[in-house]
Amino acid sequence: MLLSINNLHASINGKEILKGIDLDVNKGEVHAIMGPNGTGKSTLASVIAGRDVFDVTKGEITYNGKNLLKMAVEDRAREGVFLGFQYPVEIPGVSITNFMRTAVNEVRKYRGLDPLPAVQFLKMMDERKKLVEIHSNLTNRSVNEGFSGGEKKKNEIFQMAMLEPTLAILDETDSGLDIDALRIVANGVNKLRTSENAFLVITHYQRLLDYIVPDFVHVLFEGRIVKSGPKELAYELEEKGYDWIKSEFK
Amino acid sequence: MQTETTEIISAERLAGLFEKNGPQIFKNDTPAITAIRKQAMETFLRLGFPKRNLEEWKNTDLKESLEREYECLFSPPSNIDPQKIFHCNIPHLDTAVIGQFNGWFVSKDVPLITLGNGIIMGSLAEALKKYPDLVEKYYSKYAGFENNSLTALNTAFAQDGIFIYVPDNVQSHKPVQMINVVQAEQSIFLQSRNLIILGKNSSLSIVHCDDSYNHQASFSNVVTEIFMDDQAVMDHYKLQNLNNDSTLVSSVYFNLERSAKLDSHFISLNGGLLRNNIFLCFNGADSNASIFGLYLMDRKQHIDNQVFVDHAKPGCTSKEMFKGIMDEQSSGVFNGHVLVRRDAQKTDARQNNRNILLTDTARVNSKPFLEIYADDVKCSHGSTTGQLDQEAMFYLMQRGIGEDSARMLLMFAFADEVVGKIAIPQLRQRIEDMVKKRLQGELQICEQCVLHCSTPEHPMEFDIDISKI
Repeated sequence: MLLSINNLHASINGKEILKGIDLDVNKGEVHAIMGPNGTGKSTLASVIAGRDVFDVTKGEITYNGKNLLKMAVEDRAREGVFLGFQYPVEIPGVSITNFMRTAVNEVRKYRGLDPLPAVQFLKMMDERKKLVEIHSNLTNRSVNEGFSGGEKKKNEIFQMAMLEPTLAILDETDSGLDIDALRIVANGVNKLRTSENAFLVITHYQRLLDYIVPDFVHVLFEGRIVKSGPKELAYELEEKGYDWIKSEFK
Repeated sequence: MQTETTEIISAERLAGLFEKNGPQIFKNDTPAITAIRKQAMETFLRLGFPKRNLEEWKNTDLKESLEREYECLFSPPSNIDPQKIFHCNIPHLDTAVIGQFNGWFVSKDVPLITLGNGIIMGSLAEALKKYPDLVEKYYSKYAGFENNSLTALNTAFAQDGIFIYVPDNVQSHKPVQMINVVQAEQSIFLQSRNLIILGKNSSLSIVHCDDSYNHQASFSNVVTEIFMDDQAVMDHYKLQNLNNDSTLVSSVYFNLERSAKLDSHFISLNGGLLRNNIFLCFNGADSNASIFGLYLMDRKQHIDNQVFVDHAKPGCTSKEMFKGIMDEQSSGVFNGHVLVRRDAQKTDARQNNRNILLTDTARVNSKPFLEIYADDVKCSHGSTTGQLDQEAMFYLMQRGIGEDSARMLLMFAFADEVVGKIAIPQLRQRIEDMVKKRLQGELQICEQCVLHCSTPEHPMEFDIDISKI
């Protein structure tokens, strides 16, 4: 088992958002998490990544046999947890190249590896850029500064490709994307899928799941997973809408 | 060396010293200069030391600095080996170095040199003896002291400093580095005066460093007048790296005639109390000035940047960008005042101050201020003070970057908006190194010059490579 979430409760400013999440993810699997707005999808992603504005009040998360909740944010990342942000942050003055070189080398250091030589690093950058059809000029710019919505999301997938995570959480990566950008982002994810990694794809719409085909679909509603099923569940949701869930579980 | 005993500095003591040391102070003067001194002394005695009831001194208190005991020097230092003191080791930075020791010009050769292209540089006192007409034409013409007691005090007392004259149509290709070292057995109160004149269509790069070599307290009251004639171009760097018991009040008066271009950089890395008074007057149309500032303060250090830009003539552009990172209990002030006079149409003035407070105890008082009497102008001002962006911190750390490295990356990126504007590549590289060291808490006042921080024997190393930011 790669990730095991057990009765997870989390709150922010005293308000409980997650009210007992159970979720098991194995390597090689893609799980989609769907649900109406404001039900805790992004909170779940943030809690797994270690965002400290949320208080975990109950439950546990085991990742690769380790207690994930005890790990620092950066150590979770170094252990292979990646979060593709819904709203990637703009960081003026920090170039993507330097950002990625620092990140890749800190992860390597944690794993007892030497820093990647510059030539090799640049070669790796070139390869991974092609994966998400990023044109070279993008990487000379400051992180996300002045990027369009599509560029920001492509940049998230590019970073994912650079860091080769074991568990990638994509938080509404499809929001704000036109169909071409969506296809590029999804293709990037599909190329990175292996039997050794897993994806947690958080989305509001079924549209993304036409491109990234999930093994399991979970419906999150009011802080709990209320329904799980095969990929067909996504179509059912698309057809019936979330009101169906709301009326059933309210 | 003729010295006085150390005592608390007061207006009364200064009046006595002025009286007693008159012959020494006036030694190199022309009658006109002596007259200015006397008038300045009267003004100082009328105004007294600045108090906090003055708007421009509201957040900076000189009381503690003045209550120390200082010695005042009225004769130049002796037995100085300039080559030992003013060694600069920036690789490949070819500068003409002018040394000042406690404000006095020092050189192993002649006190004033004239280069083949007509550039004159050296001691101001010597220039006054040799070229009285030239000095008198500009001296005290821009540093008005009627409402400024410290400039008045400096005008009364200052005996020496640096003089640079670049004739019309002469381009100085080699940057000039002015290094003022403050070092004495006792705490000293010193006042020096610099005058820099750029002729029509001339150019000059100048790197002006204020350094301490030991931990003795000092109070420096320095006035620099810079005159730029039509189409003159100047690249100006002011670096401050003084010990924590130093007080420095540096007043720089820029006067720009028509179509002149100035890029100025005020970089304050260390000092007990630093006050930069920056006065800039556009006295001709169509000139352009950028003033950048960076200050990195910690402990109980205090930095105060007062920037007054006078758009007296039309068609000029001014841009101010001051950025500060404040740690521990440090405090800062930014007062930017842009005055656009009635006839200064087509003025483009921008003013910006941004601060990062790393602790709850650090504080900054920021006041950008526009005073506009012309109607066809573009003016903007802005000020932000806050913590490091926590969203950005989380973003960096989620990619596996440790907290310290993430903080360094963000702070350096913040500072780089100013450091990146340094036009001399070797100097920029060195300042980048110093800023990194400073942000990691490793920069000390140096045994050598302010730029002597990395040596082949002691190279600086950083955990992360931020050279490519």
